Amino acid sequence: MPIGDLAPEIAVLFTAVATLLFAMFAPRRLHVVGAIIALSGLTVAGVLLADQLGRTGTTFSGTFAIDGVGVWARFLILVATGVCVMISPGWFATDRRHGEVYAVFLLSAVGAMALAGAADLMQLVVAVLLSSVTGYTLAAYHRGWAISVEAGMKYFLIGALANAVLVTGVVFVTGMAGVTGYEPLANAFADGLIASPLLVAGLAMVAVGIAYKLGAAPAHTWVPDVAEGAPVPSAAFLTVVPKIGAAVAFARLVTAVPPDALALRPLVATIAAVTMTIGNLAALRQQDVRRLLGWSSVSQAGYVLMAVVVIDLDTGAPTALVAMLGAYTVGNIAAFAVVADLRGRTALSDYSGLAARRPLDAVVLALAFLSLVGIPPTVGFFGKFTVFEVTIAGGYGWLALVAATNTVVSLIYYARVLSPMVFDASTNGAVAQLDKMTWAAAVATGSAIIALGLTAGLLLDQLADISLL
Amino acid sequence: MLTLAILVPFVGALVLVTAPGLRATTSRALAVATAAVPLALLCFAWSRFSLGGTDFQLVEEMAWVPALGVAWRVGVDGVSLALSLMTGVLFVATIAWPMEQRERERQYYAWFLFLEAASLGLFLTLDLLVFYVFFDLSLVGMFFLIGRWGHGERQAAALKFFIYTFVGSLAILLAIIVLVLRTDPMTFDMRVLIAQQPLAGAGPVATLVFLGFVMGFAIKAPLFPVHTWLPPAHVNAPGPASAILAGVLLKMGTYGMVRMPLQMMRETFAAYALPLAVVALASILWGAFVALGQTSIKRRIAYTSVNHMGYAVLGIAAAGALVAGEEHARQLALTGAVVEMVAHGLITGTLFLLAGSIWARADTYEMDRFGGLAGVAPKLTAATVVAAFASLGLPGLAGFVAEVQIFIGAFAVFPWVAAVGLVGILITAALFLTMLLQVFFGERPVERNAFADVGRVEGAVLLAILALVVVIGVYPAWLLDLVNAATDSAVVGTATVAPGG
Repeated sequence: MPIGDLAPEIAVLFTAVATLLFAMFAPRRLHVVGAIIALSGLTVAGVLLADQLGRTGTTFSGTFAIDGVGVWARFLILVATGVCVMISPGWFATDRRHGEVYAVFLLSAVGAMALAGAADLMQLVVAVLLSSVTGYTLAAYHRGWAISVEAGMKYFLIGALANAVLVTGVVFVTGMAGVTGYEPLANAFADGLIASPLLVAGLAMVAVGIAYKLGAAPAHTWVPDVAEGAPVPSAAFLTVVPKIGAAVAFARLVTAVPPDALALRPLVATIAAVTMTIGNLAALRQQDVRRLLGWSSVSQAGYVLMAVVVIDLDTGAPTALVAMLGAYTVGNIAAFAVVADLRGRTALSDYSGLAARRPLDAVVLALAFLSLVGIPPTVGFFGKFTVFEVTIAGGYGWLALVAATNTVVSLIYYARVLSPMVFDASTNGAVAQLDKMTWAAAVATGSAIIALGLTAGLLLDQLADISLL
Repeated sequence: MLTLAILVPFVGALVLVTAPGLRATTSRALAVATAAVPLALLCFAWSRFSLGGTDFQLVEEMAWVPALGVAWRVGVDGVSLALSLMTGVLFVATIAWPMEQRERERQYYAWFLFLEAASLGLFLTLDLLVFYVFFDLSLVGMFFLIGRWGHGERQAAALKFFIYTFVGSLAILLAIIVLVLRTDPMTFDMRVLIAQQPLAGAGPVATLVFLGFVMGFAIKAPLFPVHTWLPPAHVNAPGPASAILAGVLLKMGTYGMVRMPLQMMRETFAAYALPLAVVALASILWGAFVALGQTSIKRRIAYTSVNHMGYAVLGIAAAGALVAGEEHARQLALTGAVVEMVAHGLITGTLFLLAGSIWARADTYEMDRFGGLAGVAPKLTAATVVAAFASLGLPGLAGFVAEVQIFIGAFAVFPWVAAVGLVGILITAALFLTMLLQVFFGERPVERNAFADVGRVEGAVLLAILALVVVIGVYPAWLLDLVNAATDSAVVGTATVAPGG
């Protein structure tokens, strides 16, 4: 029954509708129940998704792929959305449209899941649009606050341009190859499809469209603004969830193009190198922790792309892709959860002496940063290490070298936050805390950074030999 | 068993942290008892260790990340067993030693036990990734001990220590990763890496990896010119933490140098042995001359550490130079270096404990504020005199055994470097003698008339450690046999082994 293949997406969709209806009729003080409905729906979707583990194949006439990478990526999307939902009740409690935010989160998650499964250019366009339209709403959710509106506006303008480029690229590719599915496209290349300039341009434009969702160069400029201006739960969501879907979508596109037919891989490698370098250099000078996190998330997208570059060149690449995405997800969400728990405090100087006043938040933030750098035994080490391994094995040693240099540089800006936090004398007064649920989310993700690192052996065994169609 | 030696202090630290009602005396008793367990376990391990057996013995293994060849692997050879025994002794001594500033005792002892677990873990593990993790954990432990319980500019000193050594550890991590990526199938197992020599003939890559290791470990050891974090860290740390810093943490640098560059990259090490020996020489001389210029007791002792670790590195460099026909001299140098690590740990550990008790009584380290302490504190004086003579290398004490072997070995390999290095010994003798004269003899300032001698616990600790120093000095065979068992294969080794061997 093919409709059952989309059961997780359908579950999330129905939950979104349920939260929306609930928010319409329930009084505002009860809107927190929406979070509970959302979490239950995400759990159900996770259970339904577990049923697809081990399957490899496409469904709905070859437009949606169900394979190891897809299933794990969609699972990550569900978990990440769940954590974002957890940090929302405290944050949006005073917002008049509190209840609706869960519906938007869930719809956006469906878009990201569709992106992760997209095995067809048309499906890709639909997924990008669903994920983007809901994303604009999330970024500008505080519509009375100029910075939030600015973030939403910037996200929208760059998104509109990137989506137009994407659609045009899809038209070019479809026109030259005569097909929209990735499998037919790969077959067409095998049958001697010539890489005409229009086809190359089309593929490059599709890549730019996906890079926008991934927050990678050249369409990355929205990330720092969204990280700084959007409500913190939205920022956590937008810097993680769409990226998971986009990274897998990118990998699927690269797989469809044989290495000898067209030099798509060197292009992606260049995007990866530029992305990580720009993200890191820009992060160095930030005075705003949320903006810094935004730029760090840009650079992390570059590391994720390393696994995409070598996707068919080394057998371990799918594993590395999922491991890196998982490690990034946990680390980045933990950092944002701490920021939310501190009620969104954002100036670098506000973090001085935090370790003395809020030790647990400081520990989680330190763990998150160490994980993003890749210091063992955090989960970040295993994510990054597997990516480095496959990149070198896949013949892109220079990219690994660029990434290693960037990793060392990245330590500087993370240290700029951490060292005053630990070493400076604490300044005046108590630090306001958001609420218990946000605190729990921060502690849970912080513990996960260590726990997943310690159980990395089991996880990597689970991920070994996962398939990517 | 070895795993237990690491786990017990760690669990003890957790218990101390999570038991809020514990009184200071109970915390201390519990901490001493906990610290004694690993020492007993290690002594038992020693009794089971076979001198003629395989390189690494008493191995315990548990899978962690099989896909990447990472596992919990512990085991000992003569070098790591000797160093971990010394670590066990020193931790019992420093935990038993009275605190300088009695505040937050429970946390203080918890951090000490945590640091013991990290230090033992580092010496006992046979997995490079686990090694790196313990290396970083030891930084965290020492950082909090200096930052919270130190005096003076303690936070700045702790920060400087942390940043220097963390940057060094990053270089080590990168070197480890490149080294491991060259193995097939990939493994972090030290035994396999030593057998495979994965970077043999790798050209500039090998040089970079070597530099990464040497830089990281040179910061930790510390060698000139990256030693500048050491004096402030020592001066501002509480005495027992100083003793651990000098006695155990510095050894991590030299131990790492033996284990990784020397054993895993023989070919590259041989090519750069002479430059390394010259750096060691610079440390020997710089440490000695600068120590001579210090007016503070603790700074003076701190700089002699730079000098002594220079001797150890000189021995390691001599051991790694592939000079044909000098196998025996090279082994002698390496054995000397390892014995120097043990001896320096015990001797300098004692000196820092003594400096700590002087601070606790007088609130200053300035030598000219003291004089004639021998009259009021004969036991303290006796202990300091013995430790100082041991440190300057008087025959019959532990330091002599180490230095004589290093220099005999080094003369055969790098005669000129060794000859110039001898100057260091002369200076060290001068600086210790002048310090003893100034502080303990001559005219006593009036304010020192009430200077109290060492207490019962302090006396017992000093007696135990110094007895060990004398035993090693008079009858070193037991230690030399243990160390020789390892240095033999480390020096001779098979130059190249086919991959997979």
